[in-house]
Amino acid sequence: MLTVFVALLPAAGFGVYLFGPYALLLLIISTLTAVITEVIGCIILKKKISISDCSALVTGLLLGLNLPPGAPWWMAVIGSVFAIFVVKLLFGGLGQNIMNPALAGRCFLVISFAKYMTDFSVHTGWGYLPDGMTGATPLSMLKNGQGADVHRMVLGLHGGCIGETSVIAICIGAIIMLMFGVIELHIPAAYIISFAIFYIIFGGHGADPYYLTGQLAGGGLMLGAFFMATDYVTSPVTKPGRIVYGILLGILTGVFRVFGSTAEGVSYAIIISNLMVPLIDKGIHEFQKKYPDIVFWF
Amino acid sequence: MKYTFMGGVHPYDGKDLSKDKEIRVYEPQGEVAIFLSQHIGAPAKALVKKGDRVLKGQLIAEAGGFVSANIHSSVSGTVKAIDKRRTPTGDMADAVIIDNDGLFESVDFEEVADPSKLTGEEILKRISAAGIVGMGGAGFPTQVKLAPKEPDKIDHIIANCAECEPYLTSDYRMMLEHGDELVGGMEIILSLFPHAKGVIAIEDNKPDCIEHMGKLCEGHDRISVYPLITKYPQGSERQLINAVTKRRVTSKMLPADAGCIVNNADTMIAVYRAVAKGEPLMERIVTMTGDGIEEPVNLQVPIGTQLTELIEAAGGAKEGVEKIICGGPMMGFAMFDTGAYVTKTTSALLFMKEDQVSKEEPSPCINCGRCVDACPSRILPVKLAVLADNGDEEAFREYNGMECMECGCCSYVCPAKRQLTQSIKTMRRQCMRKK
Repeated sequence: MLTVFVALLPAAGFGVYLFGPYALLLLIISTLTAVITEVIGCIILKKKISISDCSALVTGLLLGLNLPPGAPWWMAVIGSVFAIFVVKLLFGGLGQNIMNPALAGRCFLVISFAKYMTDFSVHTGWGYLPDGMTGATPLSMLKNGQGADVHRMVLGLHGGCIGETSVIAICIGAIIMLMFGVIELHIPAAYIISFAIFYIIFGGHGADPYYLTGQLAGGGLMLGAFFMATDYVTSPVTKPGRIVYGILLGILTGVFRVFGSTAEGVSYAIIISNLMVPLIDKGIHEFQKKYPDIVFWF
Repeated sequence: MKYTFMGGVHPYDGKDLSKDKEIRVYEPQGEVAIFLSQHIGAPAKALVKKGDRVLKGQLIAEAGGFVSANIHSSVSGTVKAIDKRRTPTGDMADAVIIDNDGLFESVDFEEVADPSKLTGEEILKRISAAGIVGMGGAGFPTQVKLAPKEPDKIDHIIANCAECEPYLTSDYRMMLEHGDELVGGMEIILSLFPHAKGVIAIEDNKPDCIEHMGKLCEGHDRISVYPLITKYPQGSERQLINAVTKRRVTSKMLPADAGCIVNNADTMIAVYRAVAKGEPLMERIVTMTGDGIEEPVNLQVPIGTQLTELIEAAGGAKEGVEKIICGGPMMGFAMFDTGAYVTKTTSALLFMKEDQVSKEEPSPCINCGRCVDACPSRILPVKLAVLADNGDEEAFREYNGMECMECGCCSYVCPAKRQLTQSIKTMRRQCMRKK
């Protein structure tokens, strides 16, 4: 888990560079709250205090990275408490939660405080982005038919949640995790490929590489694919199951982005797919029982 | 081309400790205790009684059923009693206890000049008379294995020389020192199965064995050496068959159903000695190894020797040894009493200075799926362990829990150090008892 935390640091660092010290404050608040909630929660529920596994650290940081840079500080607190106490500890602690806690926390905040969660304006002038920059994220610009600067999108020099903007920083983290064997490529690869195929068919722009790159680089797709969809607890245990799960994610994200009312869709796609995991595992088991001679090569 | 199977793990192999130590013959000083049940199947029936004088190689107990094996004396002396003694796995079992007179007077063995002239029936008879069982660990009587229902369908005879368990070097030494007998044993078994080809399967961490056996097989058209990718449990029967033939063997099948017969290297050599020289199975190689023994060594010992004698022969245990394992570290048994006696399937005694396993505190499962990737039986250890802990026998069977072969890969890879194999093993025992 510590590796995951370290792998998140490039994205976090870039977010702070982009949005200024208030973003750093938000990250620290969300991470600290998560750890403190875990301690207090364990005491209340009379469990062994389990912060040494570092999973609360990761959940808190992930939640922070999923906040807009101008979110009020108390939202970071509420989100972390909800993620750790309700989604993780009440379901039985590490390994027992049915949804990704950080994402469940984010969805809770989006539904409860939609106004703050969709406001991507920057209030402090200390980051790279100019003060008072408001307006839509490049993804919603794409959705509304406006063009977006895809070069800036890949570099991450645009508005958005703290940790989701830079594809490069996220990929550095992903490479760290792949190198240490923390994650494998099955889920992210199945996710991204199936999402791209879905967009080519239903996106309305065909196989336009410029538009497609914008969609892949925009929003939380990369952060979600490498850091949240790959969460062990809420993904299938078998390799074929992971591929099915990745494809489901790609399709759901595509559906939400193309047909939904908002430009984003990653969080909900992952949460819904999380709930499908027991079914996927069961289905793969039934399949292998019926056709024992089919051996998967991956 | 190298052969392998899906799954498996790569533990530290520790073979350097004893692989270059030549086999040393050890003659026991004190009493020997020869168990009546050293094999799968019915225990043998004792033919001697207290006070009888027996010679080395004399039949002292005969097979007690179809699936059973003869037992021979490994020393000369007087039968002291037939009494309970401790086996290496920790049980108490009936044994013929012989007061060793130290003379090693032997009965005469009936040699055969040209084993290729024997008929199949004669070969099986000689193997059966010699009391040969699978010496890799399971102890299945060899004459039963070599008499499948449809011998014509057998197309692969595999000599299991993988020796995938870490630390063990008995097969390695046997191949280097008695490789010709291994080929001889293979020839004899091949003569029983006209449609079969002989495969000597060796892991590629033993390149000298691959080369040596390759040379010995020159001129034997039906025998070839297959190098295997080094991986635990490559030497498990089902995995070996899968690696060599790509066929799948489940718990409901016998290897013969997949057209294969697998014999351990030691067993093949015992077959050669039984058929060509008339020698019964009364000795085996025991590897004394680990960082907790003074002088790692490969000993050729008479069956029935007390383990404490072997420890002395290997220079004694170092101070502060925390764990002694009979067999390899992956599938062996931790011992609580070194007063046990060598059986036909005792391959090694492993001395660990530090008990690394019991220091680990298991933490919650996070569903990472490493055990699923490592499982050679392609089942879901994570799921099965939970079902086993909950005592849900029906679901355990439903999720193919009985396919588990207790190789230990899942416990080995588990990052949370959960004792998966142990849970599953316990449940399997419970299921088997109810059968």
